Amino acid sequence: MTRKPLFLLQLCFTLAVCLFLMVPVILSVMAGLTANFFVGLSSGLTLRWVEEVWRLYQDTIWRSLGIAMACLAVTTLIGIPAAYVLAMRGGRMARLIEETITLPIAIPGLAIALALILTWGGLREFRMSWLFILVGHVLFTLPFMVRSVLAVMLSINIRQLEEGAASLGASFSRRFLTVVVPNCRPGILAGALMVVTLSIGEFNLTWMLHTPLTKTLPVGLADSYASMRLEIASAYTLVFFVMIVPLLIAMQMAARDRRPRRRIAKDMTS
Amino acid sequence: MTSSTTTSITITSCAKTFADGTRALEPLDLSIQAGETLVLLGPSGCGKTTLLRIIAGLEAPDRGGRVLFGEEDVTHLPIERRNVGMVFQSYALFPNMTVWDNVAYGLKVRRMDKAAMKQRVEEMLAMMHIDALADRRIDQLSGGQRQRVALARAIAARPRVLLLDEPLTALDAGLRDRLRGEIDALLRSLGITAVYVTHDQAEAMVLGDRIVVMSAGRIAQIGTPRDIYHAPANAFVADFIGTTNRLRHKDATLVFRPEDADLVPPGEGMAQGIIQVVHFLGDRQRVHLHTDDGEAVIVEIGSRRRVAPGQRSGIAVRPEGMVHLSGNAEESAA
Amino acid sequence: MPSPYPRLFILLLPVMILFGAFFLIPMVQLALAGASGPQGLAAYASILTTPRHTQSMIATLLLAVSVTATALIVSTIAGLFLARHRFPGRSVLLALLTFPLAFPGVVVGFLIILLAGRQGVVGDVSRMLTGEKLVFAYSLAGLFVGYLYFSIPRVILTIMAAAEKLDGALLEAARSLGASTWQVTRDIILPALRPGLIASGAICFATAMGAFGTAFALATNIDVLPMTIYTEFTLNANVAGAASLSLVLGLVTWIALFIARSLSGATTAAAA
Repeated sequence: MTRKPLFLLQLCFTLAVCLFLMVPVILSVMAGLTANFFVGLSSGLTLRWVEEVWRLYQDTIWRSLGIAMACLAVTTLIGIPAAYVLAMRGGRMARLIEETITLPIAIPGLAIALALILTWGGLREFRMSWLFILVGHVLFTLPFMVRSVLAVMLSINIRQLEEGAASLGASFSRRFLTVVVPNCRPGILAGALMVVTLSIGEFNLTWMLHTPLTKTLPVGLADSYASMRLEIASAYTLVFFVMIVPLLIAMQMAARDRRPRRRIAKDMTS
Repeated sequence: MTSSTTTSITITSCAKTFADGTRALEPLDLSIQAGETLVLLGPSGCGKTTLLRIIAGLEAPDRGGRVLFGEEDVTHLPIERRNVGMVFQSYALFPNMTVWDNVAYGLKVRRMDKAAMKQRVEEMLAMMHIDALADRRIDQLSGGQRQRVALARAIAARPRVLLLDEPLTALDAGLRDRLRGEIDALLRSLGITAVYVTHDQAEAMVLGDRIVVMSAGRIAQIGTPRDIYHAPANAFVADFIGTTNRLRHKDATLVFRPEDADLVPPGEGMAQGIIQVVHFLGDRQRVHLHTDDGEAVIVEIGSRRRVAPGQRSGIAVRPEGMVHLSGNAEESAA
Repeated sequence: MPSPYPRLFILLLPVMILFGAFFLIPMVQLALAGASGPQGLAAYASILTTPRHTQSMIATLLLAVSVTATALIVSTIAGLFLARHRFPGRSVLLALLTFPLAFPGVVVGFLIILLAGRQGVVGDVSRMLTGEKLVFAYSLAGLFVGYLYFSIPRVILTIMAAAEKLDGALLEAARSLGASTWQVTRDIILPALRPGLIASGAICFATAMGAFGTAFALATNIDVLPMTIYTEFTLNANVAGAASLSLVLGLVTWIALFIARSLSGATTAAAA
């Protein structure tokens, strides 16, 4: 049939795009594991650079994980109730609030970071602590949690479920914990994976908000790119990949579980 | 190109096995005369849609199968080069175009000149009584209007063959009856070869010059509506078209339709039974009986007679109303 | 009428306090700071009056537009192909194509250096072929490739989601009317993808306007707006200038997303 050559052409094109995306990743992984990248693979494989990274930058890894977990806790605790209100109320007010919560995605991180420094930078204790970075991450990741949960709530008609539970005599807090939250689990899961992934990778805000004592993983990466030998920078990037890949796989699996959730994945902003 | 005349269709040893190994169609031969309306009738999964899609060129038959339009072998022609018109169950109207643009699309693709195109589209819209809707968007139309646009679009380029895939299924009952009549009139006036897929026997009876009853990828019977109803080839056809009763009587099994039986005073008729349920349908009544031999029988009687559950009654069958199965696959009755 | 849900407002309170204190008030502060310099309110016009800033804005706009256009074309071809065909290895290919979704800009910058930097593989290959070593990582071209790198996966996902929603009968109907593969693509598929293309194009544009990490990692003197803002703030200690420029930048990206949303008729959840 006439479709054959066209199929092959498109396949080759798609493979080329894939190559474009994968070659640098492969190079980076290789560079992080070879004794001397400029000599090539013949110099032998080694974990020396990974160990070096662990020695030099271990604290950034733990700090990034800690901030990501704290960020997840905060966005879950305040995000689910907020999504619930938006789902129950609807109307202009809810639209406006949703719009406001979403603004930090539309506005470049640099601008938000500047605004935060100008307003709160004077509080030295706060400015110097990791909490300052956490605030930025919460602002940036909260919309993803809220919208992910909101989408599920709207698709399952949470309002009717709630009214059903209320007609059976369940109190508000009981309804919320036994009907609302369990039924939104897929949305919460997808949102949580997004929040953790974005928080671990966040750079635009964090670079402005960090101090020498509160470096996160991406800040450390930028630092190593500027000042370390290529092998160490690559090994460090490799560590980042190893942390992020399980999250991505989990996210794809969660998306496969619930088809509508798929659009969350494309929302990622670097 | 636009003045193609209608054509006969010949299908020889067409089978279809899908990539996952399911056999949708057993090897099958069929010829459709020029100008004829042939209805493919059967339950879902019987292969009728697959057969239509092979005729359309949307599916290729397994190796060895051939599809001929007149003398021309079109087996390897994709649908876009077969010059067919097709009407889909979901209408498949293009949402990004107006009614006018939908109807004109096939003409545009064929690079018809502007003036002739305008004339043809207007003619089609008038024919389907939708001229007032020309500038509407598709989402502003009702189901019946969409179906008319889909028909107008399919016949605008004067195709050799018109293929209709359950075009009325998505409509509600009243509208379905009306459009069924209109489609019938349209097919007669166009004189085009048409293949019509449906699972609705009333639709098949009204529209079909001939009906192909299909079951499990095979043809169960081909014939005029009258043949198929009164002389079904086998038990499957008898049961699928209309309601059939079976009654054991003197070592033979009698097969008959409810409307060919009657209730007679107890003691008379071929069998005796007790009335279980009476459904009053307005123009007639449907009476369900249990015979003394434990068989269930349905009899239709006039709507003014008074009968009630619990009554004993005899069952008579008009001699000319006996159904004779031309095949011998009667054992499946149970 | 008494509301059956009197506590609803309380549930929203934490988010409102957080956003008030750490987003709305700071943004107002930023706006005030922008006007606090020696020029006053005129600082907001510096994007037009200071040639360096104007140039930076034009370069950023051109970069963002060309990245968006290229990413849309590349991803539409690949995304449509993946959505419409099933073949062995497809899911692996799809996973690899979407893998870079979570890379921060700064990592992408580093990857581009490995690709086209001084020790990059492009340089090695070009030297073997032509004798000339091709190094473009540290220029606007490097930034272009970097932005393309993190835009493609996102756009592919949007296109595929839209393409899978497309009713197959529409394509069959067009073909039954005689349309060729190209005509079906032009008349049916692309119009159906329009909202998805607009939405993902806008995200692409906004991200390319505001991205900072990639340019930072490439560590060059490419004057894209985020780099200009960073330089004004850290090196020149020009707080007012940095504030006004970042507000203008924020406004441009927000407007782009807003226009896209009203064009594509999508909800907030589909954009940004």
